[in-house]
Amino acid sequence: MAKYETVIGLEVHVELATKTKIFCGCSTAFGGAPNTHTCPVCTGMPGSLPVLNKQVVEYAMAVGIATNCKITQNCKFDRKNYFYPDNPQNYQISQLYLPICRDGRVEIELEDGTKKTIGIHEIHMEEDAGKLIHDEWDDCSLVDFNRSGVPLIEIVSEPDMRSAEEVNAYLDKLRLIIQYLGASDCKLQEGSMRADVNLSVREVGSKEFGTRTEMKNLNSFKAIARAIAGERERQIDLIESGESVIQETRRWDDTKGYSYAMRSKEDAQDYRYFPEPDLVPIIISDEWLDEVKSRQPEFRYEKLERYKKEYEIPEYDAKIITESKHMADIFEDTVAICNKPKKVSNWLMVETMRLMKAHELEAEELSFSPENLAKLIELVDAGTINGNVAKEVFEKIFLDNIDPVDYVDKHGLKMDNDVDGLKVILEKIISDNPQSVEDYNNGKKKAIGFLVGQAMKETKGKANPGVINKMIQEMLDKN
Amino acid sequence: MGLTELTAVGLGKKIKAGEVTVKQAVEAVFEQIEKTEKDVNAYVTVLDKETVLKRAEEVQADIDSRKLDSPLAGVPVAIKDNMCTEGILTTCSSKILGNFNPTFSSEAVINLENAGAVIVGKANMDEFAMGSTTETSAYGETKNPWNLGHVPGGSSGGSCAAVAAEECFFALGSDTGGSIRQPSSFCGVTGLKPTYGTVSRYGLIAYGSSLDQIGPVAKDVTDCASILEIIASHDKKDSTSVNRESYKFTDSLTDDVKGMKIGIPKDYFGDGLDHEVKEAVLAAADVLKEKGAVVEEFELGLVEYAIPAYYVIASAEASSNLARFDGVKYGYRTNDADGLHGMYKRTRSEGFGEEVKRRIMLGSFVLSSGYYDAYYLKALRTKALIKKEFDKAFSKYDVILGPASPTTAPKLGESLSDPIKMYLGDIYTISVNLAGLPGISLPCGTDSKGLPIGLQLIGDCFKENNIIRAAYSFEQSREYKRPEIVLG
Amino acid sequence: MANIISDETIEYVGILAKLELSDKEKEQAKKDMGSMLDYIDKLNELDTKGVEPMSHVFPVHNVFREDIVTNNDDRDNILKNAPEEKDGSFMVPKTVD
Repeated sequence: MAKYETVIGLEVHVELATKTKIFCGCSTAFGGAPNTHTCPVCTGMPGSLPVLNKQVVEYAMAVGIATNCKITQNCKFDRKNYFYPDNPQNYQISQLYLPICRDGRVEIELEDGTKKTIGIHEIHMEEDAGKLIHDEWDDCSLVDFNRSGVPLIEIVSEPDMRSAEEVNAYLDKLRLIIQYLGASDCKLQEGSMRADVNLSVREVGSKEFGTRTEMKNLNSFKAIARAIAGERERQIDLIESGESVIQETRRWDDTKGYSYAMRSKEDAQDYRYFPEPDLVPIIISDEWLDEVKSRQPEFRYEKLERYKKEYEIPEYDAKIITESKHMADIFEDTVAICNKPKKVSNWLMVETMRLMKAHELEAEELSFSPENLAKLIELVDAGTINGNVAKEVFEKIFLDNIDPVDYVDKHGLKMDNDVDGLKVILEKIISDNPQSVEDYNNGKKKAIGFLVGQAMKETKGKANPGVINKMIQEMLDKN
Repeated sequence: MGLTELTAVGLGKKIKAGEVTVKQAVEAVFEQIEKTEKDVNAYVTVLDKETVLKRAEEVQADIDSRKLDSPLAGVPVAIKDNMCTEGILTTCSSKILGNFNPTFSSEAVINLENAGAVIVGKANMDEFAMGSTTETSAYGETKNPWNLGHVPGGSSGGSCAAVAAEECFFALGSDTGGSIRQPSSFCGVTGLKPTYGTVSRYGLIAYGSSLDQIGPVAKDVTDCASILEIIASHDKKDSTSVNRESYKFTDSLTDDVKGMKIGIPKDYFGDGLDHEVKEAVLAAADVLKEKGAVVEEFELGLVEYAIPAYYVIASAEASSNLARFDGVKYGYRTNDADGLHGMYKRTRSEGFGEEVKRRIMLGSFVLSSGYYDAYYLKALRTKALIKKEFDKAFSKYDVILGPASPTTAPKLGESLSDPIKMYLGDIYTISVNLAGLPGISLPCGTDSKGLPIGLQLIGDCFKENNIIRAAYSFEQSREYKRPEIVLG
Repeated sequence: MANIISDETIEYVGILAKLELSDKEKEQAKKDMGSMLDYIDKLNELDTKGVEPMSHVFPVHNVFREDIVTNNDDRDNILKNAPEEKDGSFMVPKTVD
């Protein structure tokens, strides 16, 4: 098998984070009852006409700039004609002849640290289709146009990838760029980021490309990896047995673990593109382009470098924190309040990560406020609560974003710093545990730990263990 | 003089002066419809009289309280059946939209209603505006009020016949390749196709989106200018709507063509032009010359390439625009469906008429893989050249003068058997759509059979004022002629 | 006729256009399309080399909407003309996936 090389190109669809659809003023919000976010335009009513959402153009430009594309300063829309019930006009408004971005590239980094450049052929704007729900009861399908007209960009890569690892690194890179831009939340599972995989195989060393197939319906990183492995194997089997690969669109069934051809006689795949007469050209002036460029945010790499230099955060930690724009935002906002970058980083790296894992949450789903994390850090630093209590309080912040000051107050979690009261307790513990005292006096200094533990138990964890340790030591040494 | 003989503006004045009530106007129109509609068949839908009278009452109240002040307040109007009208059946004269009740109205219709016009019904047309005779309607052909054995022209044949037969005071039509001007010429009425982008296309059921324009059909130029002033607007819902410097079209209603430069394209007077039409049109040119216009002949060029370019572009756009009629969201759905694609094919094959299918097939073919460059791009390049020819002409002339159609109205049933011959009838009107220009057709005589002849005046983009002025001046030289309808 | 339209072409265009023609209609369509294409071939007489295809007549550009929600739930109206509906959705013959 090793003599074959896999050649992969990706078509990535990203749903843009606009408030309204690409050609009408309907909301793009998820979760409405069927057809409640629709109007004559996005349901293809006779006589309705599209008007372009400016934000879509700006998001597309921003993604293009961030992926080193050339921006097509005179671009326009075309109609892609095909019949399907989720496509209300039976044409999709898309871009073929003059896509908004062309000739870009991004750099990906693999596990072993090697870097590779993946070319971007083009990025174009288009409208999403509606949703079909299959009704087993009535043996029919039901059409919901709530998603019809949601703006998409399609990012078409060059066939520059050679493995599932490269594909995942590329997707991750795109996800980071687009999330940093705020142009989309890029959730693969929820369909706001979707990838079609174009794959062919060829003998290692061959300059010619093999015949490629296009695989659709890949909705997780794992599914993509499995589909690549499966399709590679299928194509190699065909070639080895003397058959040839047919250029076609295939649908990946992840539960069954194989792909099957989607083509039917009625699906001629001849889209009869022509310039959309209902929309006028988009002319992007140098000024407009500069304006969008000037609004580009600090991207992951720059942020990472800055964290290392400005906050003296270790590279590993900085990488993890900047892996998600949302996490990086929490970090920076918290630091802005408390000015303790290392402590903030520590809370994110240890407790936040632990809880995310325990609750199976993505970084994007973190919902606690920087204010509350900052307050918590202050409470610990001021000696108001001890480390163990702080962890307990943080869990509450993590889950319900509670105000830690109120919470500590209400639940009486403040550390006991009443020295006289503590002294009484400690004296009792010392007299109740002669064995430990004897051990200590005999040089087993570790025996003090047991006494500290007893004291913590007695004070219900509110005492500062450091203080207790010191006090017991003094008391024993005095004896 | 009967009430229905009045022009739209004439009636509007009388209503405003309190000499006529809106109710009287509506009743007069219904009386006329009662009399002639059975023979003319200008309408697909005539509204229920009580509903119209109720609307008349509301409009009357607004006129009385001076809330409404437009020259068309209270004037009954017919709307071509390819413009959406909220709650009123809108069929495009097709079986496939036989039960379609739009949930919104076209921008042009809203503008008219805001001005107080009273809709009487939806005018018949060629199915989806594809045709030049109104014979392709699924609801029976409209007949020419001047001679019921002849076609009214098309595709706005219903609108023009309704105006000529006085079944309304004015009408809205749409013009993709001559669909206002040619039937206006056949029916002896005045029709204006504005510069592309002047009247919003929102709510107009598209045929050829880059060519379609809504325009007025009426008894005279004053009416057309007044109606256009009301329906024209910069509409944010239509991306191709142009924000014009001025929408004052009635300012050009002056009888003065002194020094106006009028060009007559020699190419419009060659083979195929009926000699009676030719004489009437040239006589009209003489009238303008006598009034002080500078009239001269010139070579326009590329005239014979407009029709083939048009049929490529219009059919291609139509094949895509009409894809939405698939039995899923509205309109007709076959009873006899076998699976999804079977449902699509049956629905569309049963729902569309022959001419529409012919153009959808042609349009799908010219856009299909391997042919796009040879046909579609070639046609768009030809369009660019045609536009250039007009630019050249308008650097010398204010107005281009010619016939609206090579012949007067043909007999019923003569045209459809030879599509190409029918298409050739659009030779003088089609290039105007390709170049986005304004054009007006107004009566300039009748032939020996007593059928009206139309004079076409073409202006440069956004220069409706020139053609309105020339048309108005010419119009002063002759009386408006009414058809004598010989009822069957 | 210079343009001979084959049965396969008519069949193929029928699939693209979702039109089902009877045998008689197919024969007619072949003839009509052939003669139309012959007529359209007249355009080949024109030298259009270097001419930019013109889709829009006017240099209007950059017509945009702001990204503001303007539409409310209009489902009843949207479904009003539906040939068949169920559960607030348009009902169609089962799509094969």
